[in-house]
Amino acid sequence: MATIHLSINGHTHTVDADPQTSLLTVLREYLDLTGSKYGCGEGQCGACTVLIDGKAQRSCITRVGSVTDKPITTVEGLAAGDHLHPVQQAFLDEDAMQCAYCTSGMIMSAVSLLKKNPSPNEREIVDFMDGNICRCGTYSRIVRAIQKAARTAQPAVAKGASR
Amino acid sequence: MSTKTNIATPLEPERYELGAAAPYRFDLDRRDFFKFLGAGMVVVSVLKPAMIAQESGGGRRRGESLPQEIGAWLHIGEKGKVTVFTGKVEVGQNIRTSLSQAVSEELHVPFQQIELVMGDTQLTPFDMGTFGSRTTPTMNLQLRKVSAAARDTLIGLAATQWNIKPEHLVAEHGKIIDSQNHRSVEYAALVKGQQLSQTLPAEDPLIPAADWKVAGQSAPKVDGRDFVTGRHRYPCDQTLPNMLYGKVLRQPSFNATLSSADTRAAERMGVTVVQDGNFVGVAATTTQAAESAIAAIRAEWKSQPQISNRELFDYLRKDATQGKDPSGDGDHFEAGAVDRALASADHQLKQTYTVSYIAHVPLEPRAALAKWDGDQLTVWTGTQRPFGVRGQLAEAFRIPEDHVRVLMPDTGSAYGGKHTGEAAIEAARLARAAKRPVKVVWTREEEFSWAYFRPAGVMDVASGVRKDGTITAWEFHNYNSGSAGIRTYYEIPNQRIIFHEVDSPLRQGSYRALAATANHFARESHMDELAHAVKMDPLEFRLKNLKNERLRAVFEAAGKQFGWGKTKGSGQGFGMGGGYEKLGNIATFAEVHVDLKSGEVKIVRVVSAFECGAVVNPDGLRNQIEGSNVMGLGGALFEAIEFENGKILNGRLSQYRVPRFSDLPALDTVLLDRKDIPSVGAGECPMIGLAPAIANAIFDASGVRLRALPLVPNGLKIT
Repeated sequence: MATIHLSINGHTHTVDADPQTSLLTVLREYLDLTGSKYGCGEGQCGACTVLIDGKAQRSCITRVGSVTDKPITTVEGLAAGDHLHPVQQAFLDEDAMQCAYCTSGMIMSAVSLLKKNPSPNEREIVDFMDGNICRCGTYSRIVRAIQKAARTAQPAVAKGASR
Repeated sequence: MSTKTNIATPLEPERYELGAAAPYRFDLDRRDFFKFLGAGMVVVSVLKPAMIAQESGGGRRRGESLPQEIGAWLHIGEKGKVTVFTGKVEVGQNIRTSLSQAVSEELHVPFQQIELVMGDTQLTPFDMGTFGSRTTPTMNLQLRKVSAAARDTLIGLAATQWNIKPEHLVAEHGKIIDSQNHRSVEYAALVKGQQLSQTLPAEDPLIPAADWKVAGQSAPKVDGRDFVTGRHRYPCDQTLPNMLYGKVLRQPSFNATLSSADTRAAERMGVTVVQDGNFVGVAATTTQAAESAIAAIRAEWKSQPQISNRELFDYLRKDATQGKDPSGDGDHFEAGAVDRALASADHQLKQTYTVSYIAHVPLEPRAALAKWDGDQLTVWTGTQRPFGVRGQLAEAFRIPEDHVRVLMPDTGSAYGGKHTGEAAIEAARLARAAKRPVKVVWTREEEFSWAYFRPAGVMDVASGVRKDGTITAWEFHNYNSGSAGIRTYYEIPNQRIIFHEVDSPLRQGSYRALAATANHFARESHMDELAHAVKMDPLEFRLKNLKNERLRAVFEAAGKQFGWGKTKGSGQGFGMGGGYEKLGNIATFAEVHVDLKSGEVKIVRVVSAFECGAVVNPDGLRNQIEGSNVMGLGGALFEAIEFENGKILNGRLSQYRVPRFSDLPALDTVLLDRKDIPSVGAGECPMIGLAPAIANAIFDASGVRLRALPLVPNGLKIT
């Protein structure tokens, strides 16, 4: 066990945990940040995706000891108060979900993609998002949502991703 | 034995519902409603016995007389809030939205004022479960009825208050309006201080589909904001103060029995350890501690040799206990003289088709949180059958059902795979020992091995056709996969259709569309083969043998949208499949591209024409059809469970491929909106045409006929 300091959504959290514990477990069990989901435990489905230093990472295969003092953003930290992040709004507008269990991971991956590439074409979206599984099969809507977010609100995307 | 042809097969009962407990009688004491919800108005919908029988699986329960039962109820409170109670549950099929639409439309209240309480065994009326695409045809109608009755009662109240005839008044936006006298009154004011109640039989809706305003239009997911912000709490996200995390020691193979378990090392770790028969589990303050304790247990198991997927199809045919129940349940159907017709046909064709076991892979695995207060048990869990799971818990712990409350938070998908309460029982057993709440969340590996699968199956088809393309004989045997969609909708005078039950080597159960996927794959592939045998165009051949107007309409609509008959390039192939299931009609046309050198198959475009009566929520419906096609791609192309000696060999997402973004074809959906026909569900039927459409298109592109699902787990072998 060790005392670990984490910077999550702009706040500092201190947890007493084995540094080998996955970041996902710490988020969900220690900090009750349950927006990030468990889907496979081996980085195959993307349901647990968070931003570390602004980049999409699979928190289920990220050891918590490796991300101390790096800025971490989870889905809970995307909206500014009542004002949704443009990617969140685009997912609502395009109804890009069914059971929505994959949605937080999809949104986090999409935010990361748009930070790297503010106007991706369809091929680039598919390539980047291919590690995220939606078992309900709403892929075409998610592609549309990402395109919409890219079109409508690029400055805000950059802001959200840099937090 | 029936002699009629082309009558829809009765809905196949879902396999796991058969074990469900008998309906529990709901207390109809009006005072309880108001004590719980406060003053206002309550309208209760009572199911007719016939409706209950249909909901609980049709013929299999024949002979039993069922009590009158509540289907749903609705409360309008003193502040104008409308609360609707239904035993149905939300697993991503979006019924929280479509049912809210129905209430909003009939009651004339804005969406935001409506709250649906779903799948809580203490608060909602009994419901067999959310499956079989039954919510839209049954619950939607019941909620329309109670909402319309509530509206009429409110109009009556206002009429009395104003001393005016009710026909001069209209309901609009949560108010009763008297336009002649320029006055209005809110529902909230009308029901203030009242205890009004009404009981109604569940009947047809009052507003014809052609006049729908809210229903029939697209509506966004009602609580979508909670999902995009991570605020929604799925079953696996539930917590309670003082809660522990549970883990269960799994058998090394199916049907293994525990010889001995040394749990001393685990106990020394300060965790709760339970050994009760074959069940060994622990509860600890963190998941990690629970996993470490499980790893410290030394257990000896006795295992039996079991068959592998390589010998599966031979086994299924050999084990079949033919004609187990030839008299009913749609298991054996015979018409005309099929043997004679086969012998005298111009062309005969005999082929065998197979489907593999596949896994549902709901992205949220099984999860449950359980707590005991004395001998009262409360469990939050993800299931399509909260009342069924209540029965399982009562049975497991030998307590009355009214000591058990099961709550179902909106869940991370199911697809027919969450009819059972394994995690609920495990969490409750550990919680009882620990005397603290315990949460059990299955790993992906547990979900792959210890849930249940879509049945594998073998279909043997023999047919006879005249030179002019008229089908004269049809013999169809399905071994193990099921009887849903087994009957043919083509006009064939001589038929023999039999479903053979088999003792399945793997645990199997319901899966989106049940056996309709397997049976349509065999039938629609065979139809294509027959069309080629008589050198006819496959669409023309189908239409020649098809009278059902609704099915003809979807085939023609999809064919038109697809551009059937257009010329194709090298490696390009076109194919179709379609049919009738769960009262909906689908035709699916696929365009594939086969790399004739590498054998790589790419699904380029899928056109679906679907007709399910009057459309309630067009965008929600498109979403379900697209989702069915994407999910269907997996079972059609590459999903298959591999197993050997009671072990799953590919039970991880790195080993079991499911459809991803890069598998996505262009999806083109045509909705046939039949406002004159009652609405039916759409979560299942749209899936059934896809696999045969792809198989037929691959043949068209390459000349290779594939008769096994999945079609191309390792690409196409071109010889």
